[in-house]
Amino acid sequence: MPAPTYSDGLLCQILRDTRVIAVVGASPNWNRPSYFAMKYLQGKGYRTIPVNPSAVGEEILGEKVYATLADIPERVDIVNIFRRSETVGSIVDDAITIGAKVVWMQLGVRNPEAAARAEAAGLTVVMNHCVKIEYGRLHGELGWSGINSGIISSKRRNVEVR
Amino acid sequence: MNRNEKPRGYGFETLAIHAGASPEPVTGARSTPIFQTTSYVFNDADHAASLFNLQTFGYIYSRLTNPTVAVLEERIASLEGGRGAVAAASGHAAQLLAFFTLLEPGDEFLASRNLYGGSVTQFTHAFKRFGWNCHFVDPRDPGDFRKALTTRCKAIFIENLANPGGIVVDMEPIAAIAHEAGLPLIVDNTLATPYLCRPFDWGADIVIHSMTKFLSGHGTSMGGAVVESGRFDWARFGKFPGLTEPDPAYHGLNFFETFGDFGFTMKTRAVGLRDLGPAMAPMNAFLILTGIETLPLRMDRHVANAQRVAEFLEAHPAVSWVSYAGLPSSPYRSLARKYLPKGAGAVLTFGVKGGFEAGVRVVETVELISHLANIGDTRSLIIHPASTTHRQLTDEQRIASGAGPEVVRLSVGLETADDIIADLDQALAKTKT
Ligand SMILES: Cc1ncc(COP(=O)(O)O)c(C=O)c1O
Repeated sequence: MPAPTYSDGLLCQILRDTRVIAVVGASPNWNRPSYFAMKYLQGKGYRTIPVNPSAVGEEILGEKVYATLADIPERVDIVNIFRRSETVGSIVDDAITIGAKVVWMQLGVRNPEAAARAEAAGLTVVMNHCVKIEYGRLHGELGWSGINSGIISSKRRNVEVR
Repeated sequence: MNRNEKPRGYGFETLAIHAGASPEPVTGARSTPIFQTTSYVFNDADHAASLFNLQTFGYIYSRLTNPTVAVLEERIASLEGGRGAVAAASGHAAQLLAFFTLLEPGDEFLASRNLYGGSVTQFTHAFKRFGWNCHFVDPRDPGDFRKALTTRCKAIFIENLANPGGIVVDMEPIAAIAHEAGLPLIVDNTLATPYLCRPFDWGADIVIHSMTKFLSGHGTSMGGAVVESGRFDWARFGKFPGLTEPDPAYHGLNFFETFGDFGFTMKTRAVGLRDLGPAMAPMNAFLILTGIETLPLRMDRHVANAQRVAEFLEAHPAVSWVSYAGLPSSPYRSLARKYLPKGAGAVLTFGVKGGFEAGVRVVETVELISHLANIGDTRSLIIHPASTTHRQLTDEQRIASGAGPEVVRLSVGLETADDIIADLDQALAKTKT
């Protein structure tokens, strides 16, 4: 499963400039990857807004669930997609319509045609990556689980205590 | 974040010193501290729950993760060019963890018959009690692995540079055979270390280490590691439901879906280490980390000394044969050129004229070289496998794995080469009386 590679600088910039992340395909089940990501990103201070037509009327992690991206009443920075690759096209079109800055597809999710449309509309696209894993890697947390972060540094890191 | 822009471009020597180890954030300590603690306080109950659910990264309890051990894990993953690693209390524990993640009761795997004797015993007897069956294959003809495959086979396991010594296994075609069958190739890279060979470059999917040996390098600490390449698609053939379906051992978590190319590593830790318990001690991780910092220097000298010792032995009248892939006479010379261009390691075997008794006599009369059951120390080490490490095997297994009655195994250390040679010379002289 070779992932396309994005520079650490680009990913850092996206994560730094983001406040609101819409999570499309968000699951209310605690053991699903989308729930993991939401929970983790909330802990890092991001606002996460779940989008899932079959969970409308519920809350996930204290956030109201919306049926579509268009229903979200506030500005969204990242549209983070946890859906099968074939179904991504219309979600990306909605992301363009609502003026999101970034489309970010989860591990295993890839749709180059939709990505090209988003890029043509001026959005940044990341495919086949997990926001949580990349945040953890870039903030020195991934190595805590023995994962190769690829980061070499002689600088002292700021400690974040949340 | 500029300093993060060039991570994969660093050389092996740089990674051996730096990978995984930035300064400790609170104190600025530059050497990796020994976090001699069992447990870590939670911020609150929700933080604790997130950690237990694997929803956030962090430390809970040192059976699962420890900050000193984690530096070592990232270091070995980096040196192997892998995605992630789990350290274990020993090489044997690492093997158990790897198979525990892959196999169900009733499953089978293939292993090269040229393995460390303890691994043959572990696979033959202990693993049977988990319901796992190992079929041993002569690795000289890679095609024999294809012939031995069964529908229950879940992996192929080899030592690329085999212990007792001198045998190089042709990894690339064996990896191809494994992949055709939808199986991962597991390579024990203990004798070569990633400095001499990186199995992932030749198609391996999982690398195992006994870090007790050259990685630690000073005979101080037991340790093992399971390293994952991140390139094996566990879902493709549906053979690994434990990784690709909801795991009842972890409340229905799907490890491959959730963690992608390091799902195997996460499961090996969160289920394997959690339930079997062979965690590495932080003190050992510190000592092994310190050892790894000089791995490239040490391996160059180990190999140079081994080459000289092998040439001396081959010319000695009391020696009937020498098995070292760095010798022009070795049938493994061309494989060594391909897989081990920097040198064929530092463990070799030789046959002493006079059989079992002569072999015993050599190990008992050396004065500088230490008679003990280990390899990969700064000190030169010697053993007579037939009476020790390979004692539990049958005669047939012993001969098949290169540990016949006249065989002596030598792990060439970092002493002055002439001194190692002089010691062997005086010991060999005594076999003739
Ligand atoms: C090639 C090889 N693999 C595995 C092991 C087992 O490692 P440990 O003794 O650290 O359990 C050894 C030990 O001799 C070995 O030489």
